[in-house]
Amino acid sequence: MSSKAKSGAAILIKSLEDLGVEVIFGYPGGAVLPIYDELHNHKKIKHILVRHEQAAVHAAEGYARSTGKPGVVLVTSGPGATNAVTGLTDAMLDSIPLVCLSGQVPVQLIGTDAFQEADTVGITRHCTKHNYLIKKADDISKVIHEAFHVATTGRPGPVVVDIPKDVQIFESEKLHKGPIVHRSYRPASKGDDDAIKQAVELLATAKKPIFYTGGGVINSGPKASKLLRKLVQLTGAPITSTLMGLGAYPASDPLYLGMLGMHGTYEANHAMHDCDVMVCIGARFDDRITGRIDAFSPNSKKIHVDIDRSSINKIIHVDVPVVGDVAHVLEVFLKMWKKGRHKLDAPALAQWWDEINHRKTRNCLAYKKNDDVIMPQYAVERLQTLTKGKDVYFTTEVGQHQMWAAQYLEFEEPNRWMTSGGLGTMGYGFPAALGAQVAHPKALVIDVAGEASIQMNIQELSTVMQYNLPVKIFIMNNEYMGMVRQWQELNHEGRYSNSYTASLPDFVKLAESYGATGFMVDHPDALDATITKMIETPGPVIVDCRVEKLANCFPMIPSGAAHNEMILPDEEELKEFEGGAALV
Amino acid sequence: MIDTPQKERHTLSIIVDNEAGVLARVIGLFAGRGYNIEHLTVAPVDIAGHESRITVVTIGTPKIIEQIKAQLDRLVPIHRVGDLTDEGPSVERELALIKVSGDKEQRLEALRVAEAFRAKRVDSTANSFVFEVTGKTEKIKAFIELMDDLGLVEVVRTGVAALHRGKKIL
Repeated sequence: MSSKAKSGAAILIKSLEDLGVEVIFGYPGGAVLPIYDELHNHKKIKHILVRHEQAAVHAAEGYARSTGKPGVVLVTSGPGATNAVTGLTDAMLDSIPLVCLSGQVPVQLIGTDAFQEADTVGITRHCTKHNYLIKKADDISKVIHEAFHVATTGRPGPVVVDIPKDVQIFESEKLHKGPIVHRSYRPASKGDDDAIKQAVELLATAKKPIFYTGGGVINSGPKASKLLRKLVQLTGAPITSTLMGLGAYPASDPLYLGMLGMHGTYEANHAMHDCDVMVCIGARFDDRITGRIDAFSPNSKKIHVDIDRSSINKIIHVDVPVVGDVAHVLEVFLKMWKKGRHKLDAPALAQWWDEINHRKTRNCLAYKKNDDVIMPQYAVERLQTLTKGKDVYFTTEVGQHQMWAAQYLEFEEPNRWMTSGGLGTMGYGFPAALGAQVAHPKALVIDVAGEASIQMNIQELSTVMQYNLPVKIFIMNNEYMGMVRQWQELNHEGRYSNSYTASLPDFVKLAESYGATGFMVDHPDALDATITKMIETPGPVIVDCRVEKLANCFPMIPSGAAHNEMILPDEEELKEFEGGAALV
Repeated sequence: MIDTPQKERHTLSIIVDNEAGVLARVIGLFAGRGYNIEHLTVAPVDIAGHESRITVVTIGTPKIIEQIKAQLDRLVPIHRVGDLTDEGPSVERELALIKVSGDKEQRLEALRVAEAFRAKRVDSTANSFVFEVTGKTEKIKAFIELMDDLGLVEVVRTGVAALHRGKKIL
């Protein structure tokens, strides 16, 4: 080999540098030692050593979701790769761009059940957008460039690159330059003008329009959010957002109806049910959104803008599909709307708003105030009030606290909210917060957690201490897996099988044992002071906020029910819907 | 809103990059999402061996068939997906090898039936024949059914190979 030849590991790191990678979340092991050797004291790429590979992937998701850049993960073979699978699946379902590099046993040992061998490409085939096994050092640079291209274009997603240890050591001179020209991969980008024209014309006829927008708007980039704001404000139509889409449209805007879906607002869900033209942008008619399919928005014509053709007509039949990137489609849509001097029928729209405003007076997010016990809804409201106007990012774990956070936090901008929407991964929020904090070292990053979820990746306290990442963990502690308990109350006659968490740790002492700060609060009068202390205390902080144990999350569309069959907070009785126990 | 229960049989042709694991991706998609595979045929089709053509015969409601095509289309190593059932007339052929074993009368009858089906005798021993038959799936099926009474002992089928009729290509 000539003097220009480098080891596969060196080529890998050089390729990552060329692609602008600044941070890798990872955990070393036998099959990635040559790569770690290259990372030792590396000047441009910072490696964050997590304490579990699942957390590395969630951290990369938090990094990606809060910056719009792809997250990068590095794990070893076998258990390193299998531990990453939950995170990869999470990123797959929420369309988060990631590249996960995994070590593999040397090429000659593949298939021999070697030590720490797992069929990583086989295992991750279903939970990645694409994956690769590199067998020659000459291929490394091109595959890495291709992996980033695939992860970040079209509908984003996770990509795994599996690299045998000997390939990391073999030498090569090949460094990829320039753009990727892929043999077969052609992601959609621009929407079809005729389809957009049809969409414009359909919206122009609407008497009861609604915009229903999702995570695709955020994935499309900040421009898409800006264009969405323009379009919605130009039409004066109401807008609702999915869990993944929060922040794409400002929560404070009067046209915004709040989140829709299973725990969405009364006004948003009823507007979805009663509308005559629905404009779905970057959302996918998930079952948490639609409720009972055959009763979903029965009288509307539907426009669906999505970059992924397979999302169209998958669940709900739509009248005008537009396959393309949200930002591009909205840009053309706006031009056509203005050029055609379209305007919604003003009297009809005013009447539609009357209906919606009437529903708003139902005040569906009201809850019973309590002077002695902290209501979980109150805790989130106070978090919102006391962080308002700050440079703040929120993540959540999964369960009741997640839904309360979605209902009571208010997002004015995209990329400020990170939650596990599709997969519903308990243990997501803390590592995601860690990743967001790495990307935004000076920002306030808060993980709204439950006492059950937080224990699924609590080991990352060690990581945030090591890198001085001042993540704030706000645990709403009700001693139950609250959403499991709520469903047991609803569908299993209150038999709380295994949903009570006995033997909880003392979270304050737990924080202190890592060298972090812990606060406990169990009275509404002390809540504001505790939240303020949490924000003002430097370094990582855990707040153990003891909340009402049996509070339920409302409003709620029970599984098997329609949008206009919501349970509201002041309807004490939980209604079971036929077949509800069998649904998820 | 609710799926029409009518299921249809569709022949899909898929051009893929001939790389490791590509068949697993296609089959895994069908298995993972609960789609049907009735027939599956795959082999490289260009001279350099870079591309393979997979022919899948599947059964589903029109909505499911559309989903299958859209899902296949987003797999990274897939070049093109065609629906030969939807896209005008096509020719479909399948090849089967059928082994029968029997005594005199059965042997004579088997030969007569084979001739009627234009099946070729590709192996003969004192007490067995192997016939090669090509044709549409229904013809193969009919041939096998007739042979069932004439000492049928073993069958192997290639699955369907299909092309558009006329100048049209995938």
